[in-house]
Amino acid sequence: MQSDDKPITKQKFMEELYRYKKGSVSRRHFLGVTGLGMASAVMGAAVPGLRPRPAFAAGDIGDRVVLATWPNYHDPANFDAFTEATGAYVQVNVFGSNEEMLAKLQAGATGWDVFVPTNYTITTYVGEDLIEPLDTSLIPNYDPKAYDPRFSDAGSVDGKLYAVPKDWGTTGFVVNTKHTNGVKVDSWKQFFDMTKNEFSGRTMVHDYQLTTIGNALKYFGYSFNSVDEKELADAEKLLIECKPHLFAISSDYQPAIRNGDAWMSMAWTGDGKQLNNDMPEIIYVLGKEGGEIWSDYYAVPKGAPHRAAGYALINFLLDPQVNAKEVLAHGYPSADAHTNALLPEELLNDPILYPAQELLNALEFGAAVTLTDPNRAELMARFKSA
Amino acid sequence: MTQRTRNLLLLAPAGTWFLVMLVVPLTVVLVFSFGERGAAGGYVPAFTLEQYANLPARWAAFKNTLILAPVGTFAALVIAYPLAYYLAVKASPKWKTLLLVLVIVPFWTSILIRSYAWIFLLGGRGIPALLEWIGIEGVRLINTPFAVLVGIVYGYLPLMVFPIFVSLDQLDKRLLEASSDLGATKLRTFLQVTLPLSLPGIATGSLLVFILLMGEFLIPALLGGGKVFFVGNALVDLFLQSRNWAFGSAVAATLVIIMLVSVTLYMRLISKLGAQREDVSLM
Repeated sequence: MQSDDKPITKQKFMEELYRYKKGSVSRRHFLGVTGLGMASAVMGAAVPGLRPRPAFAAGDIGDRVVLATWPNYHDPANFDAFTEATGAYVQVNVFGSNEEMLAKLQAGATGWDVFVPTNYTITTYVGEDLIEPLDTSLIPNYDPKAYDPRFSDAGSVDGKLYAVPKDWGTTGFVVNTKHTNGVKVDSWKQFFDMTKNEFSGRTMVHDYQLTTIGNALKYFGYSFNSVDEKELADAEKLLIECKPHLFAISSDYQPAIRNGDAWMSMAWTGDGKQLNNDMPEIIYVLGKEGGEIWSDYYAVPKGAPHRAAGYALINFLLDPQVNAKEVLAHGYPSADAHTNALLPEELLNDPILYPAQELLNALEFGAAVTLTDPNRAELMARFKSA
Repeated sequence: MTQRTRNLLLLAPAGTWFLVMLVVPLTVVLVFSFGERGAAGGYVPAFTLEQYANLPARWAAFKNTLILAPVGTFAALVIAYPLAYYLAVKASPKWKTLLLVLVIVPFWTSILIRSYAWIFLLGGRGIPALLEWIGIEGVRLINTPFAVLVGIVYGYLPLMVFPIFVSLDQLDKRLLEASSDLGATKLRTFLQVTLPLSLPGIATGSLLVFILLMGEFLIPALLGGGKVFFVGNALVDLFLQSRNWAFGSAVAATLVIIMLVSVTLYMRLISKLGAQREDVSLM
């Protein structure tokens, strides 16, 4: 006797085919007994175009939404939940710098529906006519009163809302305390001096003009956002002196820090939190001279091909329940009071996410001029090719 | 339909392809290279030689490329030649096909993934840890020009092996017997018969590898840790970071010119060397 899970033999298949052709069995019997019915059902399910589309509460917003964002920046389970609720698949494009996002949008036809610009870039996007004013009626979960204005201000330009806050953070550095011989590390001066000496070959800086040049400027006590020629020349000299001592110039620093090749790297809040969670000897430090504080936003580019799905995704991610899961996954603080009400107490008191006030006071938001200043861009290129 | 129209029709697909994919983009690059950068990036029409005057700012990138591309090509040649020789002349026909397939097998995986694997091999927990175990300490491999060279040779070796293999495989073995009958040593036979006859393969392989290396950007970015900077990396940064299309176009146009000149010189050299082949051909 043949068990059900065995495939049909060739001979039996032919016999069934003849029976079907002669009309002695029904089509249903033939498909069932040969397994062809099951096979076409499986294949049909694997080809999205053949699958019947269920009806969704939010109405039909199309089958996909394209999101341009940063690495390690979302909880993938939330995207799955979005797809389940709306039928739209979230296609994620990951980027390395705001400059690169701007370059893609300037070149046109990105296909993005939602992207995640940082505070200092938004006026440039508005000036270049690359993003649309947001239709707040499509984002009912956005409650402007719930946000700390420090982290939501930059979303409005000339009184019009162009972007809603995602989360915020700081730019400091991570250091492996196994190699510091108990010396307290707390400044950008130490970061660069150690690089040239005992940490030679073990330090990483970002492949990103804003933070690499900005933090080199802080070594001298200049503004993080300086575009002053003399000050930039000092920063360039420092960076070029350090270059032979660097392990790498890269914004993908977690792997090298984790495997022990690099001992110190410029880092953002969430990466500092993720590394410190897994390896307590890695600490996250804010330079006492200052540095960057920033806020990231959701925005919709002009001509978004799946505009309705883009708005639906922003609204979904701003739902406090969903946003709280996002924060737990990426380790960056949210500025939304509704979201914070749902987060565990120890996360809201975490010194990496919420640094002490005197450290925060020294930080600066990035300035729009750094994004488009040709001298800073050329300085970075000279440093990399030196 | 006349012969002439038929020929034109047959050439139309290739001609259209070259026009749309090569001539038009290169013209755009050339036009942009005389323009200026817009205030927020991009391109503003102008006619200035400023971008070309600024080329020395990327001297280091050109220098790295012009050193590592020929060195990488030569290293690949030195490694590939004995391998190709073995496959074509020494290996038994039974194994030949299998061994040839083994040479191509790495191409079944994306170069990105294979280069990524080298990050771990050359990183502190890879080969340096192994060396430490046998007593050689303090070796750093990842993010050095050496790491980039290893990645280059590894990535492009099959492109060198195959053309050389083909030229050696077609070599008339009677020539070798004749050489030996006439009293030549094995070394002399190799230098005067085998090597000159495999020159077309060497030329093709070297050209393939050299041209690809001149435009390389992925391997230096991954294995050089952003510190080993090729012209390809400079171009990526100019278009994707500083958004200076005008200067980027000038750098790209210069790279194309350098490649055209070096490839022309190389072809001249090879055809001069190849002329000697007539001396060894059998009647």
